Amino acid sequence: MTQDIGLQIRGGTKVYPGTRALKGVDFDLRMGAVNVLVGENGAGKSTMMKVIAGVEQLTEGQVLMNGAEVRFHGTDDARRHGIGIVFQELNLFPNMTVAENIFINREITRGRIDIDMAAQRRATRALMRRLEHDIDPDAMVGDLRVGQQQIVEIAKSLAQDARILILDEPTSALSAAEVEILFRVIADLRRQGVGIVYISHRLEELIRIGDYITVLRDGAITGARSMAGVDVDWIVRAMIGEASRDFAKDIDHPYGAEVFRAEDVTLPRAGGGMAVDHVGMSLRAGEILGVYGLMGAGRSEFLECVIGRHPHSGGRIFVDGKQLRTKTVAGRIRSGIALIPEDRKNDGLVQILSIRENMTLSSLAAFTTGFHMNLGTERGTVRDFVKRLTVKIASMENPVSSLSGGNQQKVVIGKALMTRPKVLLMDEPSRGIDIGAKAEVFRTMRKLAAEGLGIVFVTSDMEELMALSDRIVVMSNGRVTGEFDRKDATETLVIAASAKGHAPIKESAA
Amino acid sequence: MTHAAAAPANLLLVLLKARTFIALILVFAFFAFAAPNFLSTANMVIMSKHVALNAFLAIGMTFVIISGGIDLSVGSIVGLCGMVAGWLVLYGIDPGLGWSIQFNTVEICLIVMLVGVLIGAVNAFLVTKLNVAPFIATLGTLYVCRGAAMLFSDGRTFPNLNGNPEYGSDTFRLIGAGNVLGLPISIWMLIVVAGIAAYVARRTPLGRYIYAVGGNERGAALSGVKVNRIKFFVYMFSGLCAALVGLIISSQLVAAHPATGQSFELNAIAAAVLGGTSMSGGRGRIGGTIVGAFVIGVLSDGLVMMGVSSFWQTVIKGLVIIAAVVVDQAQQKLQARVALQAEAGK
Repeated sequence: MTQDIGLQIRGGTKVYPGTRALKGVDFDLRMGAVNVLVGENGAGKSTMMKVIAGVEQLTEGQVLMNGAEVRFHGTDDARRHGIGIVFQELNLFPNMTVAENIFINREITRGRIDIDMAAQRRATRALMRRLEHDIDPDAMVGDLRVGQQQIVEIAKSLAQDARILILDEPTSALSAAEVEILFRVIADLRRQGVGIVYISHRLEELIRIGDYITVLRDGAITGARSMAGVDVDWIVRAMIGEASRDFAKDIDHPYGAEVFRAEDVTLPRAGGGMAVDHVGMSLRAGEILGVYGLMGAGRSEFLECVIGRHPHSGGRIFVDGKQLRTKTVAGRIRSGIALIPEDRKNDGLVQILSIRENMTLSSLAAFTTGFHMNLGTERGTVRDFVKRLTVKIASMENPVSSLSGGNQQKVVIGKALMTRPKVLLMDEPSRGIDIGAKAEVFRTMRKLAAEGLGIVFVTSDMEELMALSDRIVVMSNGRVTGEFDRKDATETLVIAASAKGHAPIKESAA
Repeated sequence: MTHAAAAPANLLLVLLKARTFIALILVFAFFAFAAPNFLSTANMVIMSKHVALNAFLAIGMTFVIISGGIDLSVGSIVGLCGMVAGWLVLYGIDPGLGWSIQFNTVEICLIVMLVGVLIGAVNAFLVTKLNVAPFIATLGTLYVCRGAAMLFSDGRTFPNLNGNPEYGSDTFRLIGAGNVLGLPISIWMLIVVAGIAAYVARRTPLGRYIYAVGGNERGAALSGVKVNRIKFFVYMFSGLCAALVGLIISSQLVAAHPATGQSFELNAIAAAVLGGTSMSGGRGRIGGTIVGAFVIGVLSDGLVMMGVSSFWQTVIKGLVIIAAVVVDQAQQKLQARVALQAEAGK
């Protein structure tokens, strides 16, 4: 089958001061199809999409729509041509309701002045029905989970009758059930003739949903074809030039004694009920424990209880067999626990500070005598960790915000390791980083475990879970609903356990 | 090729970073030409005394702003602390039993500083424990302190704070009038306070935590930073700086007036911003703030000497502040771009 080409880029080059982000790319966007776009971070995917969405203009080359050259001056202009984009970083107003967000700047009005709230609410409800979500139009966006916010973003584009819809990593924050719904929506849109551009790092997902695939490397297109016959190996080869996806490589080593145990951990939910409901697990030195579950299963909240973020949480935490008395984050860190949060940008890093200052933030005591910090020792230690974790940086004095996602994650890992933890808690450690960096993060995890560190990691990626875990704990609705040794675990068993206590697919709204 | 393109950007960045200093030199050079006697030693001393007052407040303010807050109460603390000092010099503490406790100069200074620190602690308590937005909390204490200062004397001035040799408080005047090695005592105090503040900011974990809290409070908390403690420190330190200014002014004037310090907080914020402190927190330097305080001080004193009307002075000061922030934006943009390029090149 051949679809109409709705938009083309010919010889597209984009030069930023000092770098060429796109080097003469030719791209065809087919209507009524899912055009998958893949490449490592910094390969130029986002730049290309920004050009299509009118955020950036090409330095050289043309954008053609239906054979005629177009130039978009801003996103509004692109939107008038029927192009909608859902950015990876959500662009929503947390202080406004769902309906207000969806109709922002295109409010339904009576006489151009009075906003017709009822009509907006009705339209929002209709959109949510189409997306199979029952998010209340009057809910504050800030109160929604990230996955639900993503749905709102997609609804916003749908409300604008986009003919071309660009989705930049739409599933990175969605649970398995939410992904299924999204895929149905995408299939539906495709039938209606919408041209979809789909960017993701989850390769299986791409193969499943894509009709056409375009692979970018270093600003150039290294592969473009119909999806038929494409497999993971082919994509990886096109992306990084060699077949290497070896993060599952086993390092066999004996486990040590129990380093960490949690008993009866509870956290009340704001609206009643339990976000974490009497959860317990134990971990031995050198072991990697994978915690799987759907969005909202209470996994992140459990880790937050362990690190001491919620002073009103209940339960007992043991490190090396000794129960911890301290309830503060600083005390827990001193006791040998470290957390790598899911939300790198808001929880993991202080964006405005330098790489060095971020890395040492949790362990300044190590460089301090009395009041005095020894900046030389600090720099030395940072240099060591940068080397050990192979963080690619030009200078440790640059702001951490100038790094790619993968390198930022390594800075967060470095920060955690500098506190000399016995237990490392990692919440979605591979979220939003490219496959090369992902493999490196996983190798690092394996290496750390081999050195005797106990690791608890939360993931929503089944393949990651199976490849990395020595043992698997499944959570659902705040409870532990399954525990498996790796050799006994199968995807079916794990998924069945993760659905316990949930009505199929439909999730309770926040 | 990347390097060739980066060189002029780097040069521009260096110039932009030093902009407050360059502005100071330009302002200085201009008045040296335009205002006779501007460069005289006497004028320099008077001017630096003026600058010192604002600089104290601006140093405290810089820490508060870096931590992501704001302290509007400092002007009122200056007024209240001046009145406390005046009261102690004139009357001591009289429990109404026919006898009174009198204090020497050192004791008076310590009590007044304690008052400033306590008001700062109240600010911090409101901000951390009661979750009041810093702007509102310190706006509240601004009014409370100003009112309290008025209540001390029913709005009248405490005159003739010459002290009493019997109690050892006759040296109170020296705080504002004394010289050591040819420099006024207030300047020495500023050098010490600024030195300590700069050291804290750059070389102590406390300083690093102040930046971290202002840059990302949640992230800092999750990294084990005791956020509330940091906030208590910055507001208490700001209160202390204000108390010092209250002492110096009442000593310089040998009198305490309850309206002293009105709108000083705005000058302090202006100096911090001129010096490159970001109002959204996480960024700023003590050195920059001091230079900023000098730009404002030199500008207003120089304009006075040239006989420019005070109305025009106000307008010019406002324009300078706006210009400073505009240039700051340009610097941030350029800096981010240079860093991104460097990292993208890796």
